[in-house]
Amino acid sequence: MESESLPRKIFTLCKTLVRKLVFRVLRAGPMPSHIAVIMDGNRRYAKRNRLNEGAGHDAGAMALFYLITYCYELGIKYITAYAFSTDNFRRKPQEVGKIMSLLRESMALLTKITKHQPVRVHFAGNLELLSAELRDGARKLMEATADYSKIVVTICVCYCCSDEILNSVEESVLEKYYNHSYIRDSHDDNDNDDNDGKNTITLVDIEKHMYMAVTPEPDILIRTAHEHRLSNFLQWQTSYTQLASLPIDFPELNSWQLTWVILDFQRNYDYLARKKLQR
Amino acid sequence: MKSLTPPLLRCLCLNRSMDFIRPKRMLYFWIDKIRNVLLRLSWHLVHSIINLCYFTTGMVHALESHLISRGLLRKYKSLHISKIRYLAIVIESEDACRTSNVIELLQWLAALGIKHVSLYDNEGLLKKSKDIILEKFDGAVLFQDTHENNVLLDQPRMTLEFVSFYDGKEAVARAANVLLMKYIKSGGIGSNQGEQIFTESQMSEALKTVGSGGPEPDLLLIYGPARCHLGFPAWRMRYTEIQHMGPLTCMTYGSLIKAIYRFTTVRQNYGK
Repeated sequence: MESESLPRKIFTLCKTLVRKLVFRVLRAGPMPSHIAVIMDGNRRYAKRNRLNEGAGHDAGAMALFYLITYCYELGIKYITAYAFSTDNFRRKPQEVGKIMSLLRESMALLTKITKHQPVRVHFAGNLELLSAELRDGARKLMEATADYSKIVVTICVCYCCSDEILNSVEESVLEKYYNHSYIRDSHDDNDNDDNDGKNTITLVDIEKHMYMAVTPEPDILIRTAHEHRLSNFLQWQTSYTQLASLPIDFPELNSWQLTWVILDFQRNYDYLARKKLQR
Repeated sequence: MKSLTPPLLRCLCLNRSMDFIRPKRMLYFWIDKIRNVLLRLSWHLVHSIINLCYFTTGMVHALESHLISRGLLRKYKSLHISKIRYLAIVIESEDACRTSNVIELLQWLAALGIKHVSLYDNEGLLKKSKDIILEKFDGAVLFQDTHENNVLLDQPRMTLEFVSFYDGKEAVARAANVLLMKYIKSGGIGSNQGEQIFTESQMSEALKTVGSGGPEPDLLLIYGPARCHLGFPAWRMRYTEIQHMGPLTCMTYGSLIKAIYRFTTVRQNYGK
């Protein structure tokens, strides 16, 4: 038994050293500061490997934790994952239940990790759609890690970009409405011209109310399972983002695919940086 | 002989150790320099190999595109074009002034039977050239916001829409002001009840009011150096398939057919 595990240990060690060397070479060029990922293909992975559906989501969660580790090694500060869309509530109740229990376990694991590592965890989405237990757990974790800034992990749960835009517009309208009511009630006619400007909603007002306001715009958005759409994920924030589509299921995402995506980003870096400056 | 006082002794020891530390620091400095140079050279070598791979696959795609254009690849001969009701094209602003390329592309799309095309470039250069494009490409009518979506598909000629960044995020801000005015006039119903006060259809109506309504494209083709939608209106690309076609100057009929074929084979679950 020991003689079998020793070659395996050596192989794992060599793989880790090669990965670290490759990452070190990668860091000689421009690096993204924010990577977003759509975790697609968990069910297909489970079906192909003759596992039950829940096992596919477990494998996806494990792949996400590995991705966070690789991003940490590469010095990538922001990672955003599309864990659960509001559209996903239309799936079978057993599958939705499995994903919610996986979310509960992931929160518990993240709570343990954040006690020793300065990882900020943020949950983006309409958290009111979660159960009270999950919602409170998410809020506690966000409050406990709010001061950390070395690495920021955003989990998009009960999230849809169109819902995010609508929510942001609503918040902006309510903010301006109450400001308008205050001005009207104070009968301050002399400052009417100034107040008209303050009562107009600007792009800055919309963007400050976004669920994703805590992070900058992504540099790279990765979608697995060879799909080529955003599926209502971050289309507002990805104007100048490199969109990468990988022909593998999410549980199969490893450091090599991540390296390939970052190399592609580095090829287009000058163009994307120029576009960001021009806007 | 004067005996060495402790401060003098300390000074002498310090000088001795500094004499030892300085070469050591220099050594580490040069090791670091050489390491960075080697890493940088490795990075350039890796990127040269990547560029060679892309060049090779580019040649293969060019050949495939040529074969598709000639009709020699059977699977691309029959396209279910009816699956594409609305098509969007994102063009890099530096290429947007190449109206001849844009018109050629529109002619290909008209020949394939596409009924509604949205042309987008970030800076609005296509909007400025719309009269020239409509004059030279007489197979299209200009899209009006008053058009209902089902009417668009019944038009005998292609409906052409010109979109820019002004119709994206800035339009959402303008639409928000429309909703604000309506909300103030209604007296703020629902503000204290924690309910959702606007619906998606109200948002869509507000966008139409500010002149930035329009259908959600089924397929979005990006003509530019990178796979990046350059700010296409977010409200309109929730479930849109995105295909990167390369620079506009390298566009080919075969690659267009291939992109449309690939779209027609896609099956969306819409989250289910």
